[in-house]
Amino acid sequence: MTQLAERHDSLAAGFEALKREPAFGHQGLAETRTQAFDRFLSRGFPTTRDEEWRFTNIAPIAALPLAPAAARTIDADVTARLQPAGPVGVSLVVVNGRLVDTPALPAGVTIRTLDTATSSDLRPMRPAGGTIFPELNTAFFQDLVVIEIAPKAIVIDPIQVLFVTVADGDAPLVSPRLVIRAGEASQATIFETYADASPDAVAFVNAVVDVDVAPGAIVDHVKLQRQNPVSFHLGGTFVRVARAGTFTSHAVTVGGRIGRNDIVSVLDGEGATCTLNGLYVGTGDALIDTHTTIDHAKPHCPSHEIYKGILAGRARAVFNGKILVRLDAQKTDAKQTNKALLLTDEAQINTKPQLEIFADDVKCTHGAAIGQLDEDALFYLKARGIGALDARNMLLHAFADDVLTGIRLETVRTTTMALVEQMLGLPA
Amino acid sequence: MLLEIKDLRVKAEDKEILKGLNLSVNAGEVHAVMGPNGSGKSTLARVLAGHPGYEVTGGSITFDGKDLLELEPEERACEGVFMAFQYPVEIAGINNTYFLKAAVNAVRKYHGKSDLDAVEFMQLLRAKAKLLEMDQAMLGRSVNEGFSGGEKKRNEIFQMAMLEPRLGVLDETDSGLDIDALKIVSNGVNALRTPDRAMIVVTHYQRLLNYIVPDVVHVLTGGRIVRSGGRELALELEEKGYGWIEAETAGARG
Repeated sequence: MTQLAERHDSLAAGFEALKREPAFGHQGLAETRTQAFDRFLSRGFPTTRDEEWRFTNIAPIAALPLAPAAARTIDADVTARLQPAGPVGVSLVVVNGRLVDTPALPAGVTIRTLDTATSSDLRPMRPAGGTIFPELNTAFFQDLVVIEIAPKAIVIDPIQVLFVTVADGDAPLVSPRLVIRAGEASQATIFETYADASPDAVAFVNAVVDVDVAPGAIVDHVKLQRQNPVSFHLGGTFVRVARAGTFTSHAVTVGGRIGRNDIVSVLDGEGATCTLNGLYVGTGDALIDTHTTIDHAKPHCPSHEIYKGILAGRARAVFNGKILVRLDAQKTDAKQTNKALLLTDEAQINTKPQLEIFADDVKCTHGAAIGQLDEDALFYLKARGIGALDARNMLLHAFADDVLTGIRLETVRTTTMALVEQMLGLPA
Repeated sequence: MLLEIKDLRVKAEDKEILKGLNLSVNAGEVHAVMGPNGSGKSTLARVLAGHPGYEVTGGSITFDGKDLLELEPEERACEGVFMAFQYPVEIAGINNTYFLKAAVNAVRKYHGKSDLDAVEFMQLLRAKAKLLEMDQAMLGRSVNEGFSGGEKKRNEIFQMAMLEPRLGVLDETDSGLDIDALKIVSNGVNALRTPDRAMIVVTHYQRLLNYIVPDVVHVLTGGRIVRSGGRELALELEEKGYGWIEAETAGARG
């Protein structure tokens, strides 16, 4: 218990320091932050005794001497190196949780930050679910980015948001916060990247993203987590999809020592559609946890979910896919697939589908497949002259492509695949 | 001598399957290997290709002067050994054309040749596809995925045509083929018969040999080749079954 108190001391000291900054009390936030911090402290860092964290031991995060991340700048060449989609569309750069520049915006796109945020930007309606960590984000966030797409606006090029951590001194607690509001019948692609400026400095990124998809709006969302192998990432994404809206998410995790994504998506109007796809690749001692909840609250909503993982070294993964079909949500069509390739004997995954169905006229399917690379397929390729490494590479490509082909931007697919190859030591 | 197998002994999961097999094949020849189920015919084909599920416990395989058993499966393929699979593997997510290009260029690279460019490759692909009456749609699909039994076998011979091996080993290529598919496949194989290429046709039934006429017929039973002869041996087997040879062999051993 002493240790636990000490951890809280480190955070409490940070919280006291934050009180002296203008961001703390901005727009009446002081009370919101204090209440959120109290709720976090009363629960503390979850342990493996907590069912939701049974296979994900975050003691290494709790043990960090955490300090709120200081304002930092970054060179343009570092930004360019970390930005996977290249110089297309709008590129927003957020360093240590603060937006550092506002580029020219296409018609129909508005950006707000802490100074210009509305009260509802700061306190979004968030569906129940997820973890305690959004409370910690509320206590500590120093800026936020609100992306608003005007009704009927069709934004063709992607809006890229690059979250970079610049760590110096103590392990920084970075609290990025993003709000996406897609107006009625609008369409946009939002692409988040999380990265570190340093290849070997420890940081804890505790991100929260709130997405509001208005009736008939289409939001294509990609999240690439490519933090360095010693950093930690906990991300909560909360989505509400209104009538006939479409939300598509591709979460790609290729970095971090411990990374966890919690995605909660509520289909809150008839005909709302949600696709949650993901690809994660773990090597070394990485631990990658994905918890998704798709909440079918209204009738006639389809949802699709494919998560795939490739694990090497002693990497571990957790996948928990919850599908909730409420009493009213007749004619729901939900499909979930979860597959993982374990390339070594030490790699492991704990996977659990969780279907809670209260309506009686629904179609819900789920499947999980965990295994090694198909030996028969490997032999078949080799028997045609293709070398062992190339054969393995081809099969891994085919496995990953199934998820990546859903990403519309080709540059992103290519960059992601290159990162995957780099991690697995495969020549491109 | 293109291929020389001497006293080959092979185990799978602790069970001895080949028990001292001898076989010699010259370039330009087509050899049929016939035998009852479980005699070791498919084991012979797979061992030639280097399948990891078998353990060679004795004997030797020499291919064009090289010790084949020392080579990895991909090296054997590059040296010119091609096995048409009895059960071709379905590989989701790998496009047939992409796969063939990788294979053709891997073999070229092994021999110090540069990759075929896109135009050269497509010309080769079209010519060989015509030979096997493959339609374009099949080339664009994932390798063997959703192919019928006949399409899979045709795809195997198509790959052989693309890779132009020196030794083709056809492992029960006739099984599961209707008569039309059998004719297409046989025509493809016959078109690939050249003076510097040999074939080993592994089959249970004589029927295929009406279309692919062998130079030599071998009977494999109990893990050994117990009799070799001309085409008439196949006809005799068709008429009398395998029982008489098994009985004779047992008698000779006893």
